[in-house]
Amino acid sequence: MIEMQGVTKKYPNGVTALSGVDVTIKQGDFVYVVGPSGAGKSTFIKLIYREEKPTEGKVIVGGINTAALKQRSIPTLRRQIGVVFQDFKLLPLLNVYENVAFALEVIEEEPAVIRKRVMEVLDLVGLKHKARMLPTELSGGEQQRVAIARSIVNSPKVVIADEPTGNLDPDTSWDIMRLFEKINERGTTIVMATHNKDIVNTIRRRVIAIEGGRIARDEQGGDYGYEA
Amino acid sequence: MAMKPRTLRRHFRESFKSLRRNGWMTFASVSAVTVTLLLTGVFLVIMLNLNKIATDIENDVEVRVHVKLEATEADKEQLRTMIEALPEVESIEYSSKEEELQKIIQDMGRDFSLFEQSNPLYDVFIVKTAKPQDTPDTARKIEQFEQTETAVYGEEKVENMFSFMKTARNVGVVLVAGLLFTAMFLISNTIKITIFARRKEIEIMKLVGATNWFIRWPFILEGLWIGLLGSIIPIASVLVGYYYAEQAISVRLSAHFIDFISYWPLVLPVTGLLLIIAIFIGIWGSFISVRRFLNV
Repeated sequence: MIEMQGVTKKYPNGVTALSGVDVTIKQGDFVYVVGPSGAGKSTFIKLIYREEKPTEGKVIVGGINTAALKQRSIPTLRRQIGVVFQDFKLLPLLNVYENVAFALEVIEEEPAVIRKRVMEVLDLVGLKHKARMLPTELSGGEQQRVAIARSIVNSPKVVIADEPTGNLDPDTSWDIMRLFEKINERGTTIVMATHNKDIVNTIRRRVIAIEGGRIARDEQGGDYGYEA
Repeated sequence: MAMKPRTLRRHFRESFKSLRRNGWMTFASVSAVTVTLLLTGVFLVIMLNLNKIATDIENDVEVRVHVKLEATEADKEQLRTMIEALPEVESIEYSSKEEELQKIIQDMGRDFSLFEQSNPLYDVFIVKTAKPQDTPDTARKIEQFEQTETAVYGEEKVENMFSFMKTARNVGVVLVAGLLFTAMFLISNTIKITIFARRKEIEIMKLVGATNWFIRWPFILEGLWIGLLGSIIPIASVLVGYYYAEQAISVRLSAHFIDFISYWPLVLPVTGLLLIIAIFIGIWGSFISVRRFLNV
């Protein structure tokens, strides 16, 4: 599903964020990406959804080599990937339903399909009853559920999450993690950058630890390995 | 690139939403387009008419050959043959001094009939060349002929007209170009504000895989509306203004054998051009910002 071969990323300001990274993530995997701040986690994530291009090496996502991807073909790649952020990135003037539907409207999906799919994912994340509310009327956890609903409404093969529980209290974080597990059970690949030691140590999955731009550890069912 | 009607409706809706949201910037840009096109329109109308008048005068240029007073009928006949032999000459007409006087009396009034006692005028050959620019040369050649007293043509009138037009055109072009630039700059600024106000939306659109053109279209349309809104007053002004201007001025000037361009042949191309300019600066203005700030 996701393959990195000899990936090095240097930014124009001279910082080398990643060097010589080789990783294979299979369809249906659940992967934590851990490591100290500034170690290259975000760059790792951004390379997958082609926010950044590798300076050297190949990043292949769903059979597409992102480095060779033309600017106008990026949308094709992005439609196979759902992305979730720490700060939710919801549109404040749209209600819950509209925020989720937005993702399908802008890729010109049929209205009937949009209605059906949006209600399905809102049901999945448990917010069907709050479809008409605005993001500001929801709790942080609920807002993140809306963002997750939006990321999966297009049935992507992989969901990328960058610190999805970073802004949430522990209880709410567990709810969000259960939701990611549910999505993973349906066959969707999950790649999650996180600082949450408790979660990584409790819900044991594959752990990729990045330190100083290199993969320090890649362990199935591993622990967080750092002091929080 | 076929667009679904639903998508088109969405782009229209979004573009109108931005126009409203940017209220004052929209107003400023529309005003800039209005002023620019208004001046461009007035400039075009004046230049086209001056051009026509100049061409008319130019085409009217004739060499008036004054025949020596002592010339006999045979001399005149000889002079006529010599003039006709010049290759540039298209037509030649004879007007005796009596006929000349009658024309003056007609133009200037009965007072001039005093001269009927002792006519001070020359017999005249009125010579026209096939090409107006051959006129000066031809006049010089005819002046060399034995029976010619003088050969004159409206040299200064034409030269002055052309030098005035050249200056007017240069000043106008600089002025209009400056204004066009300002209008485009204001439009691109308005679009920049729209893009800034919608950066979160744009970011999400990119993340979920909206195509670049899907993201661009509303901004292009917004620029287009600004251009079109700005063209309403100038186009209406040309349509109404020229109607009255032509009526008022042409009556006064027809006595001087000056004709304005008639209504439809002038207003159709001018308003058409204004519309095209409006569309162009609208789209181009927004394109500048779309290219620079949208990053898609």
